[in-house]
Amino acid sequence: MSATVETLAAADWRADFPALDQAIQGHPLVYLDSAASAQQPAAVIDAVARYQREDHANVHRGVHTLSHRATEAYEGARDKIRGFINARSRSEIVLTSGTTGSINLVAQSFCRPRLQPGDKILITHLEHHANIVPWQLVCEQTGAELVVAPINDRGEVELDSLLELIDDKVFLIAMAHVANALGTVCPVETVIEHARQRGIPVLLDGAQGVPHLDVDVQGLDCDFYAFSGHKMFGPTGTGVLYGREEILEAMPPWQGGGDMILEVAFDKTVYNELPYKFEAGTPNISGVIGLGAAIDYLQSIGMQTIARYEQELHDHMVARLEQVDGIRLIGQARRKASVQSFLLDDIHAHDLGTILDHQGVAIRTGHHCAMRVMQRFGVSGTCRASLAFYNSRDDIDRLIAALGKARELFG
Amino acid sequence: MTDAARDMQDLYRELVIDHSRNPRHFGRLEDATHSADGINPLCGDKLKLYLCVDDDGKIESSSFEGSGCAISIASASLMTEAVTGLEVDAARDCSSTITSRLTTDAPYAELAPRLEKLQALDGVRAYPSRVKCATLAWHALRAALTNDSKAATTE
Repeated sequence: MSATVETLAAADWRADFPALDQAIQGHPLVYLDSAASAQQPAAVIDAVARYQREDHANVHRGVHTLSHRATEAYEGARDKIRGFINARSRSEIVLTSGTTGSINLVAQSFCRPRLQPGDKILITHLEHHANIVPWQLVCEQTGAELVVAPINDRGEVELDSLLELIDDKVFLIAMAHVANALGTVCPVETVIEHARQRGIPVLLDGAQGVPHLDVDVQGLDCDFYAFSGHKMFGPTGTGVLYGREEILEAMPPWQGGGDMILEVAFDKTVYNELPYKFEAGTPNISGVIGLGAAIDYLQSIGMQTIARYEQELHDHMVARLEQVDGIRLIGQARRKASVQSFLLDDIHAHDLGTILDHQGVAIRTGHHCAMRVMQRFGVSGTCRASLAFYNSRDDIDRLIAALGKARELFG
Repeated sequence: MTDAARDMQDLYRELVIDHSRNPRHFGRLEDATHSADGINPLCGDKLKLYLCVDDDGKIESSSFEGSGCAISIASASLMTEAVTGLEVDAARDCSSTITSRLTTDAPYAELAPRLEKLQALDGVRAYPSRVKCATLAWHALRAALTNDSKAATTE
């Protein structure tokens, strides 16, 4: 694909996102914060609105027409998710409130009943707080130990050190597929291969993986894959836990309530089959339908096209940022996706964020829910520009120009 | 200059940039009679404020240390300049005046001549996400004057 064709394509894609068509402080919006939350295409907004206007009712209950329509659309979205990540069966797609909900479910339902004092949960230094704190909680509850594999100065997991930490006491390995603060694509294939040899299950935090890579959970051979709808152009409050069917079968329910039961008596309840036994209560029906629409939209472009386009744009962004006087790039992994953290001179990240916002450029500033990553690089926070396929080279030009203005102001 | 550029310079006035680059009264005050920690959990700004109050209830000296954005450092620096030499009650009044100046839409109240410099912080009003950076030091001042041992937070 030539650069010209890609530029044209990005302009077309951008037009699909109504929120991008606005001016901030008199400048056309340049949205470089998709890693925090991605914008939604009109197809998603319309699907949610259509459901609210025409089809809303509770799912899995009632015989009336609206309930049937709502159930069809909701369960149809589950089928789309299954296809999108290539799970074997729809039973393996548990709908949650987000990546955080998915990881907590695994911590409390899979780990808590099984962990013994002295067992270990192995994570990496790159993790988002959502892939640290749920494990700390379950370790406190069971006497297990949280073990952290180190990263190097480029922001890559030190693979040899991680592999050395895998011993018979490791009960689960939980790591990011793509790290949120630095964009590092982690060597999950190698880790899974080693874990598999020892029969240790692996959970991947795919919050930043799914929007940017063509994810195939069977190809990855992971046991759990957790991700969020709102980072993949769907509504907030939606998420997915993929789990290998035989593991999910063996796990007890986490939360009790309606929808997760077959029969309730006061002395015993028979739980519903997969995946419903993990979905107590009325779910986020409209959000999940929106997530299904997001998947249709992404598949109409193709995840491989998206990944290729974004990689080219990411490399261009990094090359341009490297040329900026006074810049310090944080996170220079050899395999990276979509994200660059940086600092400029001694300007505090929040000041830089405000100055960029003033020029219509939206970036994330702060610790990115990854305080330990910040500590590793000796900073309290960074600026983070993160890309989606609706960004273009023009957006990068605007970012670079805005950084120049910041230097003038603080010069 | 566009309106947006003017607003930006209104936030990052020369005095603010100057005080953030060269904060006054920066460091620990060994003979402090009062101190308080201030934390802005949203931004990660942290500071510790020291006051030395004499027997007559006058703030003889003040200082601060910590890290944060230009707005929070400049605000702390300007504050220590403003309150040194004030009676404790006057410092409390000053804190209330400045906090309401920064956090409400009311017309700006007139400042005493010795506090006029604090107008430099006025630009922050137009930036709701940054107001807490500017008020942090003032929260810490109130906590120090009540000798509250709990860290003052902007939340």
